[in-house]
Amino acid sequence: MSQTLSNSTSSSPVSALSGPEASGLPVVPEWRRALNKFLGHRGLFIGSVILGVIVLAAIFAPWLAPHDPYVQNISQRMIPPIWHEKGTWEHILGTDKLGRDYLSRLLYGARISLTIGLTAALISGVIGTTLGVLAGYFGGRTDAVISYIITTRLALPVLLVALAMAALVGGSLEMVIILLGLLLWDRFAVVARSTTQQLRDAEFIASAKVLGASTSYILIRELLPNILSALIVVITLEMAHAILLEATLSFLGLGVQPPLPSWGLMVSEGKAYMFFQPWVIAIPGITLMILVLAINLVGDGLRDMNAPEGRN
Amino acid sequence: MLVFIFRRLLVAISVAITVSIISFMLLHLSGDLATAIAGPESTADQVEEIRVAFGLDKPIIQQYFSWLSSAVQLDFGRSYYFQDTVMDLISERLPITLTLGALALGIATFVAIPLGVLAAIKQDTWIDRLALMIAVVGQAMPSFWFALTLIVVFAVNLHWLPAGGNSTWMHFILPAIALGYYAMPAMMRLTRTGMLEVLGSDYIRTARSKGLSETSVVFKHALRNAVIPVVALAAVELGFMLGGSIVIESVFSLKGLGQLAWDAISRNDYPVVQAVVLIIAVFYIALTFVADVINAMLDPRLRVR
Repeated sequence: MSQTLSNSTSSSPVSALSGPEASGLPVVPEWRRALNKFLGHRGLFIGSVILGVIVLAAIFAPWLAPHDPYVQNISQRMIPPIWHEKGTWEHILGTDKLGRDYLSRLLYGARISLTIGLTAALISGVIGTTLGVLAGYFGGRTDAVISYIITTRLALPVLLVALAMAALVGGSLEMVIILLGLLLWDRFAVVARSTTQQLRDAEFIASAKVLGASTSYILIRELLPNILSALIVVITLEMAHAILLEATLSFLGLGVQPPLPSWGLMVSEGKAYMFFQPWVIAIPGITLMILVLAINLVGDGLRDMNAPEGRN
Repeated sequence: MLVFIFRRLLVAISVAITVSIISFMLLHLSGDLATAIAGPESTADQVEEIRVAFGLDKPIIQQYFSWLSSAVQLDFGRSYYFQDTVMDLISERLPITLTLGALALGIATFVAIPLGVLAAIKQDTWIDRLALMIAVVGQAMPSFWFALTLIVVFAVNLHWLPAGGNSTWMHFILPAIALGYYAMPAMMRLTRTGMLEVLGSDYIRTARSKGLSETSVVFKHALRNAVIPVVALAAVELGFMLGGSIVIESVFSLKGLGQLAWDAISRNDYPVVQAVVLIIAVFYIALTFVADVINAMLDPRLRVR
């Protein structure tokens, strides 16, 4: 029983006939078509390359970093980056107010951003998907209650609530992950609910029911794989959202605490020097922007690949 | 339509009450408030004294109801830190945040709608791509960083505008740009898709075939219809901006509601924190309600649900 409704398989005969890459060749392997589609989408391609580079930089930070990101050296404070006339190759991106190597801190900072983005998105993904699938599948009163929960969550000002809670519990990397995971599930729930509603009455669900499958089997083994492609898009969006929020919390002093090299914290620490050494805030800020931009490009690209007709 | 409005109003009010319960519970359950207020150097006796003085020894349900019954009369108690009632503090700060939000929304609309229209008319040209790029970059830029960059460029290097404070209208320009930039991408994209949809519809073809000028078709016929959902979105965005203004206000030292919330949070001044969270949530709920009504007037199918 092959019952996958995912776009990559169900729409393949059409795209094989109409796609330009298939004009001369009668048989194009599935993976080749996916690859061509991937390479053909400029945003998705560029976004994945940038994201890949940042992920590799984060993983190999201990080997790539020229210095220890935590070692202070007062005699080497505020050295400008290499493109500045006073820059040195010793510290390619310069040093901060405590003489710590900026490039090394940036590389280790990528670990913090990516960890928080991924784990927060996964926690909120589990919460939101569970709520959304239950609401979409059962409908009726369940749907009414869950929709009400979603509406209430949307009315809570995320940043304010996160700040207030972080002030009470104390900011730390783990706290930020838990807080964001508990706050950012709304979009998962909305998307899971509407995609489940569309599939609820599909034939493959009905036939699973007829065959006597349990509800949990239907939801987890039949339904979930088919809404996964829509959820992956939401994961990327929420990852970007969580990374920006972590940076904001850390910037305001209630997120990741010093001496950890969170990019938001680096901007906050550089704030006092930004008038005469603007690069201290420019470097972490631009890096943060590039990471979020790359994740958003991947998300937008995946959405386009899922629904080519909805490209506008 | 009236039934729809009435039903939505009921939902809005009950959501507001639920939000008040949640914000109250979150703050009371995530730590011991009395210890937090007393500070790290206080003795156990002092903590107990504070617990009794602020009524924190009573059952939480009772605390909530006494708080709610005064809150509906706009009495949020006294601030622990500022020597003032919470309501006085808020009524002093709220106009500044509302000014900031309205200006930011004005700037966002002023940029987003023309850009969206242009992107739709010139679909798939460089203008369309540029508009898309502005939107994509806007969504990726951390707001605090953009705000700092604006200060470095326009206040420090060019000396065009002041860097912080709120004494003149000039002080509001940079913060409003920083805040408005975040509402812009979504509004621009919605204007663009709305325009594309409308421009492809039958009545526009009729208008064109009647020989009306292109300007008249685009602005008098198409834009008027494409812009209504954008107005609804703008209402929701304003709600988001009120919540997000805490960052912008702290960077520009604007003494608005966000700054008040920030001061209150860092000083464990919970009556103020609770009141601000509730007020911002109520604004958001009211604005989404307006957006829902606008959308329902536009699309009768929405009224059924």
